[in-house]
Amino acid sequence: MLVIGLLIAVWWLIVARSDSPIFPTPLQVVTGAWHLAEDGTLWEHIQASLLRVAIGFGLACLVAIPLGLWMGWVSGAYYTLNPLFQMLRPISPIAWIPVAILWFGVGNTSPIFLIFISSVFPMIVQTTMGVRTIDRRYLRAAANFGVSRQVLFRRVVFPAVLPEIIIGMRIGIGVAWLVVVAAEMIALNSGLGYLIMDSRNAGNRYDLVIASMIIIGVIGLLLDGATRLLERMNSVKWRYVR
Amino acid sequence: MSDKKIVIDDISKNFGALPVVGGVSFDVGDGEFVAIVGPSGCGKSTLLNIIAGFERPDRGAIRIDGVERIGPSRNGIMISQQGSVFPWLTVQENLMFGLTGASHRDQVELAGRYIAMVGLAGFEAAYPHELSGGMLKRVELARAFVVKPEILYMDEPFSALDALMSLRMQTELRRILDEERHTVLLITHDVEEAIYLADRILVLSPRPTVIQTTFHVDMPHPRKLSDPKAQALREAILKDLGL
Repeated sequence: MLVIGLLIAVWWLIVARSDSPIFPTPLQVVTGAWHLAEDGTLWEHIQASLLRVAIGFGLACLVAIPLGLWMGWVSGAYYTLNPLFQMLRPISPIAWIPVAILWFGVGNTSPIFLIFISSVFPMIVQTTMGVRTIDRRYLRAAANFGVSRQVLFRRVVFPAVLPEIIIGMRIGIGVAWLVVVAAEMIALNSGLGYLIMDSRNAGNRYDLVIASMIIIGVIGLLLDGATRLLERMNSVKWRYVR
Repeated sequence: MSDKKIVIDDISKNFGALPVVGGVSFDVGDGEFVAIVGPSGCGKSTLLNIIAGFERPDRGAIRIDGVERIGPSRNGIMISQQGSVFPWLTVQENLMFGLTGASHRDQVELAGRYIAMVGLAGFEAAYPHELSGGMLKRVELARAFVVKPEILYMDEPFSALDALMSLRMQTELRRILDEERHTVLLITHDVEEAIYLADRILVLSPRPTVIQTTFHVDMPHPRKLSDPKAQALREAILKDLGL
């Protein structure tokens, strides 16, 4: 808190000293954001961005978790698919933007696709590694009690991997939020990324640019906090307490 | 001790070019408690893993009740040094993990009985990370006992506990074994633990391991290690181990 306060003070001081005609003071940022909040457009932009993240990230979860479990469990699947995903993973989501525009145009689908593509790989990798690093003694104990495959998966494999899945989701949602803003800058008419570009283009409203950046940061923090809540579940705590 | 519960018939196993178990044969009677001691790294654990069905021998066979054993079975539960209580399940869920068939109510009741037997009543809903090492060991014992296995395989079960807790668990185990009849195979490096618990003690040689000497422990339970007979036996075993 102190650090943030200090940072704002320095920012204010520098802007006041330099007489910059464009770069806003903190007060201008707050009043700019306040006007947007008042006429409701700010909420619409936030909602649009969150909705895209929800759909893209949700789809990524639906694909990554089953696929990761399967790849971790079946060696053949691991050795065929893992090199492919390891190769796709380090490609920056930004590099996918032209491809997304080519495939899906500049509607709502493109940013959703970009979010999907950027968050699905870390989650697949994390889930796969989770399965492959399950402590052998637990699998042995399960084999010892002679449980069915279904029980083995439901009561041992899945709960053993769940902490890794949650870590994957944290990484995934972080990347998703990063990407949605970048994707919305391309062309669209809603979302926080659009708000940034639009504010700049419509008369250098840098107060709104900075306001959007801060809002993006705060929402990112909240999203991370929300996934962190998952780590508090009793059945996964064992993995995080040390 | 009339019928032979477990027959180990000339088991040997190599890890690559390294011979680990080199032709081990012995029988375990029904309800008998056999302890196996040996120098560290001699292949004790490998031997037990083979007998319990987790590893395959290169040569030889294991017969349980006259039937050749392939793979693990709930008829013989392994209790190991690191423990394998599932950390994502509560104490009660851990005990109910191996129970099949019975209705949920019966399972809860049965689990409750065994939780009480190992002195953990009141901890049914606790998660393993909230328990101490000794309590975890009790959970693991209870989880094994609740499925009523005929055989218990124990691989240095108490060696990760402190000395006092280890002694307490030995007493506890003995008390439970007096209530419920089990055939037990115990691997240990603690000669006193073996004398306190077992009917028969097998001393293994260094790798590739074979049975070097067999000692019978003819003392009634509960045993006192200060007993001159126990002391003499201890000396003899240690001497056999080269100490």
